[in-house]
Amino acid sequence: MAGEGVTIKGAIADPAAPAAPDRDWSELHAAAKATRGYWSRAGRRFLRNRVAVAALICALLIVIFVLAAPLISRHVTGFTYYENHLAQKLMAPGEDGYILGSDGNGRDVLTRLAYGGRVSLLVASLAAMAILVIGGTIGASAGFFGGVVDTFLMRLADVLLSIPTLVLLILVSSFYQPSPVALAFIIASVSWAGVSRLIRGEVMSLKNRDFVDAARVLGASNSRIIVKHIFPNVVPLIVVWASLVVPALILVEATLSYLGLGVRPPQPSWGNMLQDAKQFLRQSWTLVFIPGFMIYLAVLSINLVGSGLRDALDPRLNQ
Amino acid sequence: MTVYIVRRLLQMIPLILGVTFLTFAIVSFVPGSPISSMQLNPRARPEDLERIRQNLGLDRPWYERYFVWLGDLVRGDLGLSLSNFTPVSDRILSVLPNTLLLTATALALALLIAVPLGVASAVRHNSLFDHVTTMLVTAFAAIPSFWLALLMIILFSVKFDEWGLPSLPPQGMYDLRGNTGLLDRIEHLILPASALALGQIAGWTRFIRSSMLETINQDYVRTARSKGLAERAVVYRHAFRNAMLPLVTLVGLAIPELFGGAYLIEQIFAWNGLGRLAYDATQSNDYTLIMGATLLFAVLTMLGNLFADVVYAIADPRIRYR
Repeated sequence: MAGEGVTIKGAIADPAAPAAPDRDWSELHAAAKATRGYWSRAGRRFLRNRVAVAALICALLIVIFVLAAPLISRHVTGFTYYENHLAQKLMAPGEDGYILGSDGNGRDVLTRLAYGGRVSLLVASLAAMAILVIGGTIGASAGFFGGVVDTFLMRLADVLLSIPTLVLLILVSSFYQPSPVALAFIIASVSWAGVSRLIRGEVMSLKNRDFVDAARVLGASNSRIIVKHIFPNVVPLIVVWASLVVPALILVEATLSYLGLGVRPPQPSWGNMLQDAKQFLRQSWTLVFIPGFMIYLAVLSINLVGSGLRDALDPRLNQ
Repeated sequence: MTVYIVRRLLQMIPLILGVTFLTFAIVSFVPGSPISSMQLNPRARPEDLERIRQNLGLDRPWYERYFVWLGDLVRGDLGLSLSNFTPVSDRILSVLPNTLLLTATALALALLIAVPLGVASAVRHNSLFDHVTTMLVTAFAAIPSFWLALLMIILFSVKFDEWGLPSLPPQGMYDLRGNTGLLDRIEHLILPASALALGQIAGWTRFIRSSMLETINQDYVRTARSKGLAERAVVYRHAFRNAMLPLVTLVGLAIPELFGGAYLIEQIFAWNGLGRLAYDATQSNDYTLIMGATLLFAVLTMLGNLFADVVYAIADPRIRYR
């Protein structure tokens, strides 16, 4: 890993600023050192926050649970997520070897819960990354170049912010029956406006700082300034943003799946498990409670990790 | 102020053009067409379908149809809904009161709970009450509203009924057996309005608490206290009024959020409102109706923002708009 890092650094540094390799390396070195100090201090601040650490453990347990879905299926429950035993519909938790009960088609809830979480978390994290790439590029360009580019891109963001995105999402996904990856990109394509504004503001305030002027005097190109000098300073903001947007995206995915517009059945997701359970409100309350509780737990714990990160990364915000 | 409002209203025009253009483009690029349901009818002949397509203008490219739609809009005509050929404006106006009733009740409910809770929490800063409130707010903020709605139906409709307690109706807007008094309407409103309100309460309580905390530490509050005013007078006459200023903004900005939330809540409670109308429109690819609903939503969002800014300026004389 360490070796890789060095070669990548070298590869980027050499063609970009061949005239001043010495100065460049020392500057990089100093930057790396300062960054390490900042992150380790932030890490210590985070670990002192007991609620945030507990939430992080909870979030990690959820991730382990969904990653272990095949193992749970094989060794714990003995059911696959799609096999149905019509004679054993709506079993209560614990009954007949169904640890968390069975659903209206006689499928094991625990197995489906583990596989369903994969879809929910995958869609949410992929969508967050896609939003970041789209919104980050647009926001950084708008903030950095200003002028006409800025006006055009930010008016586009205004337009997107005034559209009921849920209606568009429902429209698009009701006709495509998307795969998890496609769903993530569909969500991202209409949700990038917020973060692009955030990053634009940060970039605008950063681009007039002395260290950017200094880099420009040294002959750095625009792309180099963005990647090497502005980007590292936006990272803390992005980390906090991501930890707050992922739970929101889990909810968006759950909403779409709940309306029957998410991933294709019989592939489970927490949202479509809730939709299936809705018909059996009268017979089995656990069927409704369990998938919703998983959504709740995931959203709550990532939210708490997020506010812990915000406090740790930006001590100025502490009240 | 008038100049400011007029300028803001004028700024809305390009934004509305952008919103409608983008929505129209997306609606047009989605496969399927308003006549797909007719194509399933074995008695519809291909030449009939072709004629219908031409009559509806569906054979023309989408950007041409957009400008036709826009031209009609300028004359105040939203066109005919393509699923039952009644005017879009009639369809929207017939369900708009239902959505307004639901969202207004939810808004009132949310404010009635969030304001006292936030103020009390700030006044007793760092007390046990404050900590418990903050904890509950964090816990509530993460609850998916549709899950909460389902749990509420299970508890208050299904279980209460089983236990022989007075239960609430799980769906609909009034009793279908004709028992439609005021009490019946209220009974049907309780569950959807609470489910919608609970989504807002957590965030608002947090917001009001921090706004109140900020005000309480201002000099004029200290002055009021030091001249010997009773604590009640200090809190309610001096701090509370000023702390509520940002709330105006919040309410203005919450309007689109409430309408968005109503979308899902209306599905769950079979509430005949805008959300269900828009959902049905997307399912039948009724693009004129989708455009009408989107336009209404976008205009509401922009007016909400404008309302927030203007009322804030009226309430706070320190703010001057140019």
